[in-house]
Amino acid sequence: MTEPLVVLKDVNKHFGDLHVLRDINLSIGAGEVVVVIGPSGSGKSTLCRTINRLETFETGSITIDGKTLPEEGKELAQLRADVGMVFQSFNLFAHKTILDNVTLGPIKARKTPKAQAEKRAMELLERVGVAHQAQKFPAQLSGGQQQRVAIARSLAMDPKVMLFDEPTSALDPEMINEVLDVMVELAKEGMTMVVVTHEMGFARKAANRVVFMADGQIVEEQAPEAFFTAPKSDRAKDFLGKILTH
Amino acid sequence: MGDILGSYDVLGAFWLTIRLAFFGALGALVLGTVVAVMRVSPVAVLRLLGTSYVNVFRNVPLTLMMVLSVLGVTYIMGLPLSQDVQQNAIRWAIVVLSVYHAAFVCEALRSGVNTVPAGQAEAARAVGLTFGQSMVNVILPQAFRGSVAPLGSVLIALIKNTTVAAVIGTADAAGLMQEVIENETGSFSVFAIFAIGFVILTLPLGLLFTHLSRRLAVKR
Repeated sequence: MTEPLVVLKDVNKHFGDLHVLRDINLSIGAGEVVVVIGPSGSGKSTLCRTINRLETFETGSITIDGKTLPEEGKELAQLRADVGMVFQSFNLFAHKTILDNVTLGPIKARKTPKAQAEKRAMELLERVGVAHQAQKFPAQLSGGQQQRVAIARSLAMDPKVMLFDEPTSALDPEMINEVLDVMVELAKEGMTMVVVTHEMGFARKAANRVVFMADGQIVEEQAPEAFFTAPKSDRAKDFLGKILTH
Repeated sequence: MGDILGSYDVLGAFWLTIRLAFFGALGALVLGTVVAVMRVSPVAVLRLLGTSYVNVFRNVPLTLMMVLSVLGVTYIMGLPLSQDVQQNAIRWAIVVLSVYHAAFVCEALRSGVNTVPAGQAEAARAVGLTFGQSMVNVILPQAFRGSVAPLGSVLIALIKNTTVAAVIGTADAAGLMQEVIENETGSFSVFAIFAIGFVILTLPLGLLFTHLSRRLAVKR
């Protein structure tokens, strides 16, 4: 593995009195798939959102491809264009068609010509299996379809890294797999991914590394198999005991 | 009633009312949108400016602003918008109507912005749009659709408020009504003519906006 693509160094953040991120140090190499798991309130979503500065942080630094995250303004927008993000609640633009959802970023942020953006968007929609829905509005699609469109929308920007913030938590059980399948595909093709999820199956299948967080700290980092079968910390043993027994 | 319609240019007066309302509404919509964007912007100074604008113009009586525009600004400060007295009054009336109602448009639009889930703005930023781009492409289109009904109320209030322009001597419907009452008599039929005129202008608009607010609503 070459120079790490995403580097978090001594990152700290508070929500009021609550210390949500404590001295976070994490490096993610190009092509690596990192799954972040942990109990709710452990700061894993906040960590994910901090990487493209949807959440601010107080001390420490985050670099993406060697560049430090800018504070605000145009440079930050440019950097975010290189970082794909998939949300728990999809967040497709409700007033735009599926096709327009995917082309908006490339046309506005990358100044891609409309025809070219639409051609690429259709390819991506084809790839995630919703091309025939291109002229519909988000509310007309199922949750699983919406989330696959959200993935296509991120991919349209040709991101260097993709962040997934609990992408399957808001889905009906029978729709989880259609989304996970797309993500496994992406992982195989070498996309760098940071995935906050409770899907242990996905972690086992696609992750290079599992990062276990609790109380705002990274407690443990291991390869998935080792983590699930032989966690080192008591906190992780306790957590896995609760979720794997049923 | 026939006498009045025959010997006075009632339609012409209402035509001026419509022009005042149209250009006033246009100005209010543009200015109000700018102020609303300032009020939701991440820059504290702009937010303060936007809030001050709304607080000042929402709380100063419209009549006062009308009088100030002609007596204060045109004559004392020497800033006429036209050398013709009637034209000057009309142009200032449009400016004052725009400035005054922009405060209400801003608040209606801001309530519309609040109907847009926070995730929409986050997604826009995550995709790499700047603040301006996400406003224009994602937030405002949804905010306008979410505030059609209150914007309709502002427009209707604006149409009726054009009558205040009569205090600076515009020959609009209210101005003509004063003239008729002075020359003829303050009879019920005079009142009825002008009241019906305004109802004809505003009632269909109210129905239209109610219809639009349903049709344009963003489905989530």
